[in-house]
Amino acid sequence: ALMQRRHPLTSVALSAWSLMKYDYTKYHPMDEIYSWMEDVQRGNPQLVSSAVYGHTSEGRNISLLKQLGLEHPEGSEKKAVWVDCGIHAREWISPAFCQWFVKEIVNSCRTDGKMRRMLQNLDVYVTPVINVDGYVFSWATDTTRRWRKSRSTPPPGGSCYGVDLNRNFNANWGTVGVSFDSCANNYCGKSAGSEPEAQAVMDFVGGMVNRTVCFLTIHSAGQLVLLPYGHPEISAPNYAELGSVGEAAASEMKKVHGMDYTVGTSPQLLYPNSGSSRDWARLVGVPFSYTFELRDKVEFRYLLPEEQIQPACEEAYAGVLSIIAHAHDKTFPYAAGSGPAVVGSVLLTKRGPGVER
Amino acid sequence: MSLSIIIVLAVLSGVTGSPSVAPSPAAADATAHPNSVVEETEIFGWQQVSVEKEAEENAMATGELNPNHYPAQRAAKVVQHYLNVQYGSPFRLFGLHKVHSGNAEDVADSGRKYQLEISVQEIINNTTEKCSAEVLFGRAGEQRSSQVQVSCEELLKTSTDAQQDALFRKYQMNQSLLSAENLPDSYGHMEPDHQPLWHLGIVASSSVMLKESTENTLYNMAQVANIIQLASDNKQVKFDCHVLLHEMVSQEIIHWKLLFTWSPPDGVKVLQMEKLPHCHDCKVPPNTN
Repeated sequence: ALMQRRHPLTSVALSAWSLMKYDYTKYHPMDEIYSWMEDVQRGNPQLVSSAVYGHTSEGRNISLLKQLGLEHPEGSEKKAVWVDCGIHAREWISPAFCQWFVKEIVNSCRTDGKMRRMLQNLDVYVTPVINVDGYVFSWATDTTRRWRKSRSTPPPGGSCYGVDLNRNFNANWGTVGVSFDSCANNYCGKSAGSEPEAQAVMDFVGGMVNRTVCFLTIHSAGQLVLLPYGHPEISAPNYAELGSVGEAAASEMKKVHGMDYTVGTSPQLLYPNSGSSRDWARLVGVPFSYTFELRDKVEFRYLLPEEQIQPACEEAYAGVLSIIAHAHDKTFPYAAGSGPAVVGSVLLTKRGPGVER
Repeated sequence: MSLSIIIVLAVLSGVTGSPSVAPSPAAADATAHPNSVVEETEIFGWQQVSVEKEAEENAMATGELNPNHYPAQRAAKVVQHYLNVQYGSPFRLFGLHKVHSGNAEDVADSGRKYQLEISVQEIINNTTEKCSAEVLFGRAGEQRSSQVQVSCEELLKTSTDAQQDALFRKYQMNQSLLSAENLPDSYGHMEPDHQPLWHLGIVASSSVMLKESTENTLYNMAQVANIIQLASDNKQVKFDCHVLLHEMVSQEIIHWKLLFTWSPPDGVKVLQMEKLPHCHDCKVPPNTN
């Protein structure tokens, strides 16, 4: 650490070195993830910046890495892509994926022309762990490993810790698929956005909503690509496009290791729910908002073996990239080179009077 | 740029959700809610379906079912549990692979019946096979298990007797009784020697999951928290185990204690099952002998 302070170049070199040594095929506790984030930023200062954008109920930092990419050639505003992981504490493959994703973007930015072009037009924001308290708790003992919620203190009149953060967002909050019992695993909290973790996301993304084209939230398990909304009677205005883009992503994912991912809304595939981050993002106007449920389907669920981290991340990366690329190409068709065909079919889509409420 | 305009329009029309605005599911007039968009464009085969119709379909789940949607999936999962109860062993375990088609109907005085065409995977040998199945869920409030009938082509005919016999002899002849915990552990790992115990735990759990399953649940076994071998006669080996079941709809982890026997000729027989009280922050009690 002393050496790092003395010579910035040494700091970069050390960070880049420790980044190469980082094992992306193992699960890492929170302190290692925080150090890794520092190393990524210090090792790639032109490419990556970091920000603390909130604090958990126990006062821990909620941090993101921003892939700065390159300056937009015309100097006009770049669009934003949001990827978050670790809303549910026990879904360890999710933070593992965000770390993998950052590594892939940083590496491919140097060599991949398409990625470089996308990063000229897009800022990519990645939060490796949103529910830091829950994640830390899930590492404490064999028993706490199955924890799902945050670690907020019991509400007045309640007796149990934690809120299901993915039921706390301001999106038809408290209507379906939730419990008002603090001891339930889908307890939605005292009110919409009552939880600092959910509020931090809404504040940050809310501040850039006009330029956010893609909001992806990563979970496990079940091998699903979920579109908005969680409410069975509300449909996103771009439902058809969300579905076809989701199917294209699932198809890309299957090419990697042959795994099937099913595409649909939560009320179709699983159960109705409300207050999810995906729903909130679509409601405030982010056009491409999805929940990814990663491996597996039957045997291990949230206890996914470390040997599966790499294949799970490889296929998830293909799916996530497919959606980001579509959002990019649609927004910047001349940069994409995909041109008129895409523009034409989208413009022909009839948009009914449905106003998002 | 016209595409930017589409995105801008989406932003302008978006309003932050608030509970007072959302229609309540029960009250919604099927034809009049503000957000249904009926489109006929087909892009890559993904057709917009009238949302009210779909909501109705799922609520009643009668007639032909979408095989990917939860009503067929939950019924098919019950078939998986049934197959594991009937045919599961340390060397044979079934997982639901895919639902190809499904149909549901009300059966007067009995409950609801699902007819399914599914593929199941034999997990240990990684083979897949098609099966036809019928699942009868009892009426709400009734205590009995779902009733299942299945027929598959090849899968159920094979059995690995030599492996089972060797393992059975090994367990019978142990100098000290076996015990293991956290199968799998926090990292998804377990000792290779413990794998058959994990498989036995899954088979035994399947009895509970079969009994507890309804149209409103989806069960998987998450972990064998602990399993200990008990003294028994020569005809079978006996185990006491504590398992964690994951119920998808509530996202709860439900604890059960099971007492079961195993022998190659008789398979797994569950003697006692006890649901442990929901305990929010509890620890699993250590093995006691």
